[in-house]
Amino acid sequence: MADLSSNFLGIKSPNPFWLASAPPTDKEYNVVRAFKAGWGGVVWKTLGEDPNVVNVNGPRYGAVYGADRRLLGMNNIELITDRPLEVNLREIKAVKAAWPDRAMIVSLMVPCEEESWKRILPLVEDTGADGIELNFGCPHGMSERGMGAAVGQVPEYIEMVARWCKQTTRMPVIVKLTPNITDIRYPARAAKRGGADAVSLINTVSSITSVNLDTMSPEPSIDGKGSHGGYCGPAVKPIALNMVADIARDPETAGMPISGIGGVTTWRDAAEFLSLGASNVQVCTAAMTYGFKIVEEMKTGLSQWMDEKGYASIDQVVGRAVPNVTDWQYLNLNYVTKARISQDDCIKCGRCYAACEDTSHQAISMSADRVFEVIDAECVACNLCVNVCPVQDCITMERLPAGTVDARTGKVVSDEYANWTQHPNNPSAKAAE
Amino acid sequence: MTNSPYTPGIAPARLDADTLAGNFTDLHHPLDDHAALVAADRCYFCHDAPCITACPTDIDIPLFIRQITTGMPDAAAKTILDQNILGGMCARVCPTETLCEQACVREMAEGKPVLIGQLQRYATDTLMAKGVHPFARAAATGKRVAVVGAGPAGLACAHRLAMKGHDVVMFDARPKGGGLNEYGIAAYKAVGGFAEAEVDWLLQIGGIEVKTGQALGRDVTLDGLQAAFDAVFLGMGLAGVNALGTPGEDKAGVLDAVGFIEDLRQADDLAALPVGRNVVVIGGGMTAIDAAVQSKLLGAETVTVLYRRGREKMPASRYEQDLAASKGVRFIFNAMPLEAVGNGSVIALRAEYTADTGNGLQPTGEVFELPADMVLKAIGQTLDGAPTGVALTGGKIAVTGAGRTSAKGVWAGGDCAAGGEDLTVTAVAEGRDAAEDIHRELMA
Ligand SMILES: Cc1cc2nc3c(=O)[nH]c(=O)nc-3n(C[C@H](O)[C@H](O)[C@H](O)COP(=O)(O)OP(=O)(O)OC[C@H]3O[C@@H](n4cnc5c(N)ncnc54)[C@H](O)[C@@H]3O)c2cc1C
Ligand SMILES: Cc1cc2nc3c(=O)[nH]c(=O)nc-3n(C[C@H](O)[C@H](O)[C@H](O)COP(=O)(O)O)c2cc1C
Ligand code: SF4
Repeated sequence: MADLSSNFLGIKSPNPFWLASAPPTDKEYNVVRAFKAGWGGVVWKTLGEDPNVVNVNGPRYGAVYGADRRLLGMNNIELITDRPLEVNLREIKAVKAAWPDRAMIVSLMVPCEEESWKRILPLVEDTGADGIELNFGCPHGMSERGMGAAVGQVPEYIEMVARWCKQTTRMPVIVKLTPNITDIRYPARAAKRGGADAVSLINTVSSITSVNLDTMSPEPSIDGKGSHGGYCGPAVKPIALNMVADIARDPETAGMPISGIGGVTTWRDAAEFLSLGASNVQVCTAAMTYGFKIVEEMKTGLSQWMDEKGYASIDQVVGRAVPNVTDWQYLNLNYVTKARISQDDCIKCGRCYAACEDTSHQAISMSADRVFEVIDAECVACNLCVNVCPVQDCITMERLPAGTVDARTGKVVSDEYANWTQHPNNPSAKAAE
Repeated sequence: MTNSPYTPGIAPARLDADTLAGNFTDLHHPLDDHAALVAADRCYFCHDAPCITACPTDIDIPLFIRQITTGMPDAAAKTILDQNILGGMCARVCPTETLCEQACVREMAEGKPVLIGQLQRYATDTLMAKGVHPFARAAATGKRVAVVGAGPAGLACAHRLAMKGHDVVMFDARPKGGGLNEYGIAAYKAVGGFAEAEVDWLLQIGGIEVKTGQALGRDVTLDGLQAAFDAVFLGMGLAGVNALGTPGEDKAGVLDAVGFIEDLRQADDLAALPVGRNVVVIGGGMTAIDAAVQSKLLGAETVTVLYRRGREKMPASRYEQDLAASKGVRFIFNAMPLEAVGNGSVIALRAEYTADTGNGLQPTGEVFELPADMVLKAIGQTLDGAPTGVALTGGKIAVTGAGRTSAKGVWAGGDCAAGGEDLTVTAVAEGRDAAEDIHRELMA
């Protein structure tokens, strides 16, 4: 049986599944339930200075649905904890004492002034928490007060605050990054320069989920008005995966521990984050959608998969896919594939035909009796037909063996690696040596 | 309650009123909003979708389902009604298992087609519940068309003609319009007076006058109609029934299934309807199934369908057969009636097994007797009272193209016309297409 135990910055937890800082971790009651359900750790709902913030008193979440009201994405206009600091600290201390084997991280967001940070850190230290996470992420509400994303979008501030914290506390410092920037590597590098031990990402994405077309108000609507909120859930996973990989690949930040967040819903999502360089994952929306029990599926699924693949421990998975993330210019242009349709599996819906004929390369033929076939002389191997086919593995991409002729280009397929940097059409091509 | 399924002979009120009411409720619960969204989401929006091809009225099924998905059932209904003005009834009575849903790629993929019929009902019911009639008449043409028969064929034809700006007068022999929608379709397929409500809704287009109690051949003649109108459409269905031709057919308790169903459809009080303790239905089509199922639902103790060929040859679909079986109807295949036995009233049906020898059906010599207080004949309807002056073929009105008969200015469609299956939806398609052809002809 694979060992799921996790060691993140020396913080030990029985598994790599933590609950992200959010409503599921807002108070002792929830966190104790989470630990009973088997979560490896929590990042407590972000604490701020007293007097505590107030939330809106109308709806704070919006939703994007798939089939059967499956929640694909959610957004929120919630702020950091709206309970007094002292109450949170007391509960954190009690939970940590009762659950010493679970990771207890405290998320913090206070004004961008050194005294504020120096004031709160000893109070957190006193709870016995294992570490802190600096919330530079919230895209709404707090950013208007010069906190959250307002800090996370300015690398200099990140560096400065990270440094204040490192100077003040013995606890490991995790910087939580906002995705609402153009290049995630800059804030990550700043965190590293400031001495942070790790980064976690992503926080929520600035968003409007929908507009009520009767009232013309964005949702969630507060008295006929709406405000942009933070988007999360399965829909944001691709954005998060890319950002995690960017940081894992960047020579300046490579090796810095990453806590992966954003749309983790199943063991598979978690394994993907790990493979791209995250050492553990944090979960919010999936727990808010299905309850704490989902961690059971995550643990058993990850364990089963690791056994099947022969990975004994989490660190053997971490970063496995990073070497395969490259830049476009290094992709092998001699890798030639064609779509292949399995006639046995085809259910004759014709979606591949409509997609290719209307919007791609007219590379699928349709007979009077609805037999669909790929025309090799037209197929550019774009993958659209594979994507739109409702039957898994009915259409596949098959590589043309070296030596055969690509009917589209008339060229013999080579088994040599050749990329854009070497291509004759590239004005700045360097001849292949 | 004095009677029960075990009361001998033919008797009413074999079941109490509540049980009867329960037995004759909707066959399928209508989809609610959420169920409709879930069902609609399964549609793949196929290219050149096979379901459209399979629909006799060519409804753009993937389009209307997509309109449901996007929260626009009214627009979906319009898509349906554009092609099939009786889309509400067809959603209830079409044998979708042999039409669109059989062609659905998800039937091939998983054996579970998209619920096209039920989605169609959801859309059309939503629109009709609002009392909206989403069609308007074109400018008046001054042309007048006579439509004989206010069944699906006649109604579809009349509506399309009215929409094109023509004035239509419908003649129907019966006291109510709707044809077999009103008098034939199984009660549990069109509950709540839907047939009548649909006709009223359809007539909202305006420009259609319905004259009931007016039979062609009795109250009006084809010559007279031809003289008084610019065109005539015949949609008179099949008013006659085939006879068994076996001894004892005249005994009390031996009835036409269509007549039995007609009484049932028009009954104000189901408990007043008499039904046999032991019922035998002879035939293999939808009428046989409907007569058998409804006999059972009325409280008959045993109901047996006797069909002269094998199950695979039965015109009623497997779905219909299974529905009947689930209500407790027994099937005897490969058997034909010999004689209705009894002294005045039928008490048993004598029958003999048959074998398909490749040289026609042959009796095997094995004879058996079924107790029967009621024998319902459902061995096919025939064209009755076709006007002289239009050529027939195979007992039906011969047509070419979009329902043109041999007589100039006379069109025909639906069950009375040759070609096409005898289905509501086919009648609608033929009526609609004839209207388009009439319109072209009149405006040429
Ligand atoms: C018991 C039964 C159950 C059925 N169940 C189904 C089903 O579930 N699904 C399905 O798709 N199909 C079903 N059918 C078939 C379907 O009902 C017919 O195919 C359809 O009604 C044909 O429409 P029509 O307009 O051609 O004829 P009809 O519906 O028969 O209408 C003909 C009209 O013409 C009138 N008429 C007849 N003679 C004259 C005359 N001389 N002068 C004036 N008017 C006249 C009649 O009164 C009637 O109103 C069933 C049929 C029967 C008998
Ligand atoms: C209602 C809600 C409140 C949140 N509050 C906080 C917060 O106080 N501090 C924080 O760092 N992140 C907060 N987040 C962001 C989550 O911790 C997490 O980064 C984000 O939701 C992406 O993960 P997910 O896709 O698993 O939900 C919040 C998210 C939600 C949905
Ligand atoms: S065949 Fe089925 S899946 Fe395809 S368009 Fe028609 S209803 Fe939809």
